Amino acid sequence: MPARPRLAVWKFASCDGCQLSLLDCEEELLSLAEAVEIGYFLEASRKTLPGPYDLSLVEGSITTPEDAERIREVRRLSQKLVTIGACATAGGIQALRNFARIEEFVSAVYASPEYIRTLERSTPIAAHVPVDFELQGCPVNRLQLLEVISAFLAGRTPAIPRYSVCVECKRAGTPCVLVARGTPCLGPVTHAGCGAICPGYGRGCYGCYGPMETPNTPSLARRWQALGASERDLHRVFRTFNAGAEPFRRESEAHGG
Amino acid sequence: MAVRKLTLEALARVEGEGSLELSLQDGKVETARLKIFEPPRFFEAFLRGRSLSEVPDIVARICGICPVAYQMSAVHALEQGLGIAVDGPLRLLRRLLYCGEWIQSHVLHIVMLHAPDFLGLPDAIAISRDHRAEVKRALTLKRAGNEILRLLGGREIHPINVRVGGFYRVPTPSELSALREKLEKAGEEAVALLRWVATFPCPECERDYEFVSLRHPSEYPMNEGRLVSSRGLSCLPEEFDAEFEESHLPHSTALYCRLRQRGSYLVGPLARYNLNFDRLSPRVQSLAREAGLSAYCRNPFQSILVRSVEVLFACEEALRLLSLYEPPQGPSVALPAVRGEGHACTEAPRGLLYHRYRFDREGTIEEARIVPPTSQNQSSIEEDLRLWAERHLSEPEERLRNRCEQAIRNYDPCISCSTHFLRLVIRRR
Repeated sequence: MPARPRLAVWKFASCDGCQLSLLDCEEELLSLAEAVEIGYFLEASRKTLPGPYDLSLVEGSITTPEDAERIREVRRLSQKLVTIGACATAGGIQALRNFARIEEFVSAVYASPEYIRTLERSTPIAAHVPVDFELQGCPVNRLQLLEVISAFLAGRTPAIPRYSVCVECKRAGTPCVLVARGTPCLGPVTHAGCGAICPGYGRGCYGCYGPMETPNTPSLARRWQALGASERDLHRVFRTFNAGAEPFRRESEAHGG
Repeated sequence: MAVRKLTLEALARVEGEGSLELSLQDGKVETARLKIFEPPRFFEAFLRGRSLSEVPDIVARICGICPVAYQMSAVHALEQGLGIAVDGPLRLLRRLLYCGEWIQSHVLHIVMLHAPDFLGLPDAIAISRDHRAEVKRALTLKRAGNEILRLLGGREIHPINVRVGGFYRVPTPSELSALREKLEKAGEEAVALLRWVATFPCPECERDYEFVSLRHPSEYPMNEGRLVSSRGLSCLPEEFDAEFEESHLPHSTALYCRLRQRGSYLVGPLARYNLNFDRLSPRVQSLAREAGLSAYCRNPFQSILVRSVEVLFACEEALRLLSLYEPPQGPSVALPAVRGEGHACTEAPRGLLYHRYRFDREGTIEEARIVPPTSQNQSSIEEDLRLWAERHLSEPEERLRNRCEQAIRNYDPCISCSTHFLRLVIRRR
């Protein structure tokens, strides 16, 4: 029997939610553990095996000088490296610091700022090392994560569509909240994958899966304005969990600093 | 005098990153320091200038394991500041949602993170080789918690359906009846889980903690109540700052929270259980006693049992809530345009979670303050480690490290929450 592929899961600045998606695979988890050899996954196991690893999943963004070094070591040890979640693919909510003076943030939170060492910016993994695939979402979709792992183990391209949340709404038969109810929605510019949950619950999409392949954000912004959104609303809505993703960053800046 | 420094691997099976440093002299542990090196994430600063309607979505991202706790403390604090009450069926649905998170988070910790310590194995997958039925049953139970989160929250991690004033959509009767069927089965699995955990060998170790939790006039506490302690504290959440203080030490990106004048205290399942045993149903009380627990527990290693009791409670409570539910007038109540300041404490799975917000008339957040459970427990964890490590200093280092890790996991520390887990450094002099 050939050796099982060795899997590693790494954490940088993050909330642990994307790794938890893996532990949330209640039924599939034991089968996954049989299909791969878990080499490094500290949230799940204290047993660690040395690299190289066939597949590394990376959660979180780079925010400290030590982490900027550590990600190079992870890349060196990994055959394939896949980033999972908004922190790893776009810098995450931590990237809000990129738009502020970091000293003010540190002193707002910590009584003794001199104890804190941190980079001024929160950056995605791809800004530091080559990445083989990026899986967007805050948090990632558990089934998409299993698809990405299966695809890499089989040596094929993951079947992750790059279209917008709108397509998922149409498939689910959810009436368009923007057209039918005038609820501002980021669905037309947001990457599919969540299953269009928010419109299904009667609220507009807030963009937690980040930009779709070809987002027309200026056009959607005009539609929001027609519905009464202020410049400030637009500035904020593009500046959340994927604030560092280029199309969202640009659109946010177009509506105030 | 020669100082020997030993660096051991990062602590596993906790949420976040940190290390443990023990300084030893003449066979005594001088200091035990839990060093948290999870990168700082600055949520309180991010919240300034945001609209209060965005707060539940933003604070969820503090922790992927207990996002509901962050959402609940936030909405209660903001609603207090707005001067509105969200009660009746909407209050009931929030408590039901919290039951889902307690089940999911507790079962994850009991089976996947803590049980391996008691059984001397590296992880839950290794446990499943000899105890496959038990692990599968626990995973099914965890799934039931996730079903609640999925229905009421829209998804398990970072739910989208919680808003200031209530929900975006309330569930339909048919969705709730499907949930009830799953929970009935989960209640039986929770009894089996408690009985299985009761068979684990449990270290003897007792300490006289000051326990702090919420206390509600009639319920086992989750969303509301007075702040009480085993040494006579009794105050409202808005008096938090008068009774507790946070300080920042050089070795950690988490803040230490202590009781003014008295020092360390313990929050979480042990505290809730000890201070609210009388709020559990006679059935849950008798199953707890059958599992070997008394009505007051000072052994931190028995927290795994208490967590199992709370899973059982949450399954029972969820079914009770479902049987009382009548659909509300609407999914949320209207928010007035007023400036305000609000405080709230709720019971996250790992313990008390305090939020305070101040906002202007447009609903823009001017100031936010969040005190997570792990920073409240940090002093207590270090005191446990000093006692526990000292007792086992003669053991080989590998064994000692395992023991220390187990003692830390008693707290189900969420390092991502408190910013912020574990490498063991032993300094011998």
